[in-house]
Amino acid sequence: MDVIEIKNNQKIKRAEIPVTDFENFTKKIISYDVRVVNLFAKKENGQNRLYCIFANDKEKRLFLTTTYVGGSYPSLTLKKPCLQMFERVIYEEENILPEGHPFLKPVRKQDGNNYEFLKSHDLQTHEVAVGPVHAGIIEPGHFRFLCNGERVNHLEIQLGFQHRGVESLMKKRPSIQLAESICGDSTIAHSMAYARAMESLSNIDVTHREKLIRLIALEMERMAIHVGDIGAVAGDVAYQMAANILGVTRTLVINTMLELSGSRFGKGLMKLGGVNYDIDDVIREKILKMLDEVNDRTDKTVKAMFGHATVVSRLENTGVVGKKRAREIGLVGMAARACGEEFDARIYDDYSNFEITTLKTGDVYARTYLRYLEIKKSTTLIKNMLAELDGEFSKQRYTLNLEPDSFVFSILEGWRGEICHCVMTDSNSFIDTYKIKDASFNNWFGLALAVRNNQISDFPVCNKSFNLSYCGFDL
Amino acid sequence: MMFLIVLILPFFFIGLINKMKAIYVGKQGASIFQPYYDFFKLIKKGEVISDTSSFVFQIAPSINLACTIIAAVLLTLFHFEGDFILFSYVLALGKFFSVIAAMDTGSSFEGMGASREVSYTSFVEPAFFIIIGSLAALSGHYSFLSIFGLLQSKNEIVMLIAILAVFAIFMMILIEGSRVPIDDPKTHLELTMIHEVMVLDNSGVDLAFIHYASALKMLLFSALIAAIICPQYLWASLLVILFIAFLIATIESIGARIRLTHIIEYTFTMIAVALIVMALVLLIMHGGRF
Repeated sequence: MDVIEIKNNQKIKRAEIPVTDFENFTKKIISYDVRVVNLFAKKENGQNRLYCIFANDKEKRLFLTTTYVGGSYPSLTLKKPCLQMFERVIYEEENILPEGHPFLKPVRKQDGNNYEFLKSHDLQTHEVAVGPVHAGIIEPGHFRFLCNGERVNHLEIQLGFQHRGVESLMKKRPSIQLAESICGDSTIAHSMAYARAMESLSNIDVTHREKLIRLIALEMERMAIHVGDIGAVAGDVAYQMAANILGVTRTLVINTMLELSGSRFGKGLMKLGGVNYDIDDVIREKILKMLDEVNDRTDKTVKAMFGHATVVSRLENTGVVGKKRAREIGLVGMAARACGEEFDARIYDDYSNFEITTLKTGDVYARTYLRYLEIKKSTTLIKNMLAELDGEFSKQRYTLNLEPDSFVFSILEGWRGEICHCVMTDSNSFIDTYKIKDASFNNWFGLALAVRNNQISDFPVCNKSFNLSYCGFDL
Repeated sequence: MMFLIVLILPFFFIGLINKMKAIYVGKQGASIFQPYYDFFKLIKKGEVISDTSSFVFQIAPSINLACTIIAAVLLTLFHFEGDFILFSYVLALGKFFSVIAAMDTGSSFEGMGASREVSYTSFVEPAFFIIIGSLAALSGHYSFLSIFGLLQSKNEIVMLIAILAVFAIFMMILIEGSRVPIDDPKTHLELTMIHEVMVLDNSGVDLAFIHYASALKMLLFSALIAAIICPQYLWASLLVILFIAFLIATIESIGARIRLTHIIEYTFTMIAVALIVMALVLLIMHGGRF
């Protein structure tokens, strides 16, 4: 046994986790068919152990394998480029050197700004530095462009300004509130992943009704952000009409969330063992009404927007990431589906017969239009789930009562892409390892590639089409 | 009279556009007088001046404003042979100073903005000269007098010339005023800006001057259109200007911005229209016989 198949949100004993030699480990994870979901290192009994969770999306199976390494190991990035960020994190956090890694720069910790950005010796090339403080109310991040006139030759992204140490806080004081604050626009998704992992470790069963309420909230979060983001893309190309109408339409969704949970972003909805608020008939009617209204407005606006020649000419062939490239750099979620990759973590979830929507072109147009298709899909899913909603709503309160020496992996599809929480407990039932991966972790590099050879003035619209999280990456 | 109105009106013009844009998308919008409030607010504020900049940065906004006011004088008060050449070049002088002031800050953004501003607005100048020069040749006045009341002519070809000239000058307004589809005055994204990014480092009085000068410049070009359509009555000129504000607001509300690389096609359209004006003028001057 060199790999073990794991199920989403189902704990296994740590003793069951197989160990294999490094060669075999490499062979397993660099295969083209599998997608590495998470790779992290951990010190165990004085040895460094690499954990790798990988997925075979076609067969809907998740696997786990591990190996022991010394203070360094031959870098896997050379064989599978999408591992570059994982290896950089491993080097930064555990100080295990991936030998031959081509781009071993700091990820979150900045070492007193000693890092030298890539430079060009070409006299035609000039640098444009943007941020870390930006115009508008957004998070901090630094972008360094190497440009030839208006054309971007290279973009280097430096993040880490929002590093709060969420993973180590999770070990000391795990709480829903902390999980909700990992990334503000994916509040539901992160708190849900946390809750599911903890429920599995504490042997808490969630009723069918509450499972559905969670998924409804997750889909509402997806709708709200997608509606807002299509509007934001329109705003970036100065298409005022859609920007304003969709901005208002987003409010309809999040105000319904406010009525459900008391917070427009769904804070306080999730609890250990279920949800705090039930969807009763009044709320159900409100949600249904909201869905019709939102769909009506979005349909009309999107039709006008994508029928507008100037808008389409701005979006088409801008910021293209090809399918092959997307696979190489490990793009996930919506951005990957816009390139034609069939990755959607909802296939590992409780949805009944879920089908993946993809587009082919991988440009800003595809990433924007896919959001519209996902809004339609979410509407159908929510309607189906509302119809299915029955059974008990438990008001019971649970406390964390973790099983010792266990491992659990929780994956779900947030609006941006897959969100994974990976938790291990030690023999005293304390949390030993808490690894969080937001889709932004995979996709920031996709943005850097998307703007390459594009106009620098098209960067904002490329950026908006990905709309990645800074704090979800920085943790 | 017209001169005083032109001096007072610029912010009203901008405020009107903003108000109409807001109404278009179903918002209430800020007061029409908001640009005036902003102006007086900025006048009262102190300035922050970058350590890396020289005296050029500090004098440029005032020079730019002075140049624009001289241009306003030339258009509305005094007319003499060759005044339109001076008009165009005082505006160019003002722009020259705002461009070198932007370069002076040493910021990569402002250099980028300066380069864009120059590459796109440099096409306005030839188009402007082709049009006004042709009209001057047609009328025999080598000043702005040549354009006045062109549309009132009974000759169909002259009317056609006037309409084409108005169209080309309207295209100039959108470039010089940094409006959609060339630039987006509302955006906060430095990387996409043309005009706005050049003035990122300015604050206080200087910024107030810059805002005023660019609004005045837009109004001057609108006044040029008004002069072609109906110079006799003040109220009619004001109506024309009002209508131009409405047109700009409409374009901004229903359209999107074109890609930066496509602006060059826009400017070529403008020059092409100017060339048609020239061709028609030559046609008339030779009485249709070549």
